[in-house]
Amino acid sequence: MENYYIFKIILVVALFVVSLVVAMYSTFAERKISALMQDRLGPNRAGPFGLLQPLADGIKMFMKEEIIPNVSNKTLFILGPCLAMTTALMAGVLIPWGGKIELWGETFNLQVADLNIGVLYIFGVTSLGVYGIMIGGWASNNKYSLMGAIRASAQMISYEIAMGLAIIALIMSTGTMSLGEIAAQQDAGLANIVYQPLGFLIFLICAFAELNRAPFDMPESESELIGGYHTEYSSMKLGLFLFAEYINMFISSAVIVTFYFGGYNFPFQNEINEALGLSTNMATALGTIVMFGKIFFFIFFFMWIRWTLPRFRYDQLMRLGWKSLIPLAILNILITGVVMWMNGKLN
Amino acid sequence: MQPLTNRSKAVLQKEMTFAEKLYLPAIINGMIITFKHMFKKAATIQYPEQKREFSPIYRGHHVLKRDDEGAERCTACGLCAVSCPAEAITMQAAERKEGEEKLYREEKYAATYEINMLRCIFCGLCEDACPKEAIFLTDRLVPTEFERNDFVFGKDKLVEKVDDRVDVTKRQTQNVIDFKQNKKYSHNK
Repeated sequence: MENYYIFKIILVVALFVVSLVVAMYSTFAERKISALMQDRLGPNRAGPFGLLQPLADGIKMFMKEEIIPNVSNKTLFILGPCLAMTTALMAGVLIPWGGKIELWGETFNLQVADLNIGVLYIFGVTSLGVYGIMIGGWASNNKYSLMGAIRASAQMISYEIAMGLAIIALIMSTGTMSLGEIAAQQDAGLANIVYQPLGFLIFLICAFAELNRAPFDMPESESELIGGYHTEYSSMKLGLFLFAEYINMFISSAVIVTFYFGGYNFPFQNEINEALGLSTNMATALGTIVMFGKIFFFIFFFMWIRWTLPRFRYDQLMRLGWKSLIPLAILNILITGVVMWMNGKLN
Repeated sequence: MQPLTNRSKAVLQKEMTFAEKLYLPAIINGMIITFKHMFKKAATIQYPEQKREFSPIYRGHHVLKRDDEGAERCTACGLCAVSCPAEAITMQAAERKEGEEKLYREEKYAATYEINMLRCIFCGLCEDACPKEAIFLTDRLVPTEFERNDFVFGKDKLVEKVDDRVDVTKRQTQNVIDFKQNKKYSHNK
């Protein structure tokens, strides 16, 4: 039992560090990818290939003057970014990062907590993220911040419904709400994307909206709302908001990979592992590497979309959410139900 | 009505087809375009190491030339100041004393010669007006400063160093030399 706790603590700390490092280098990747897509070079001065750029950005953020507006509600103003960051870091514990690992003669799952209601937990925590934006925007006492906060909350509520409905279809076909089991089920067979293509599309679009990323970056929309909810923020508080966005992007990429792309599984993994003669730990490591490959692809995908599409207009955003995605998601549930009934999986 | 150019297009407001309403094909097309751009050559010029090639007639930082013996060519005639549309040039003339023949080519010289780089529009008229082939605009960039007064460049920044001559052959072509030395033109008389 002691080993169990030690392992979990190590895993949590490692997860914390990995999330931060990935988020750090996501900021760098974002700048570099946007540059490449716009036929520029991007940051290349700090360190080799500009690899120390995130560090320089971090130092810049810390060195900046800390401004708290006189008319703001100071407690809430400080609470906003803290909440955004905390909730961003909380969702990672549910993700199964790999298969089984053998340590000190015991077998552990490479997952901090395998809740049997994992999907619900993920939803709850990611929804909490909007409180950081709302509280921050409201406490700033600035009309642009408030507009951003209102947009953020409206957008989150609208797209969470479609997202939830898309997930219901997934839960129906997998029959479990535990992320560990969802990942494990895609072990030998096909990934869930094959069974739930429409559900995946809806989930992906909603993930963009939940992340406040382009083309759904309404709450920030620097051209209309001069930054939206973080207009009044400066120094590291602003840094936390921006950083939370990248951590969220990492976590939601991981969630998408777990839900629809087999998590740490990859095609013919058993055959490959046998052919290479890998031990359990090595096979798990390979699976984790594959999973990170998939996650990085989705992070790249998020950026790819951001530098391709322009921002939605607010009413178009609402129309897409309520009039297209929710009916589609309900249709998806229906289709899933009918297909399961025809295959005799419903009793 | 006849169109002014052949580029005009009739504006259509037709109903979108189902595929267009989905937006997904259009989005994928856009993504292909951005992806292709990732592998194109960047247009960036990495400035301090790389420099953009200037046109041969680029007009930048002025230089006050010395002649082959190292004496200043400028005689403070004031034609450049008169010709300057931005009124950026001021100067004070002085008489050459005994023993200064090595420094100044003719009996009169510019004791001070100032160009206000914030006023200068780099038109090159001073260069055209100069009868002594003394002032030239070069392909050097004007350095940036923090204070307004620092942009008034005096002789220390304008006159070329004896041991570090500024190459103006790009501006001082045969045509220019012929023009400067042709007594037919009033400014050379």
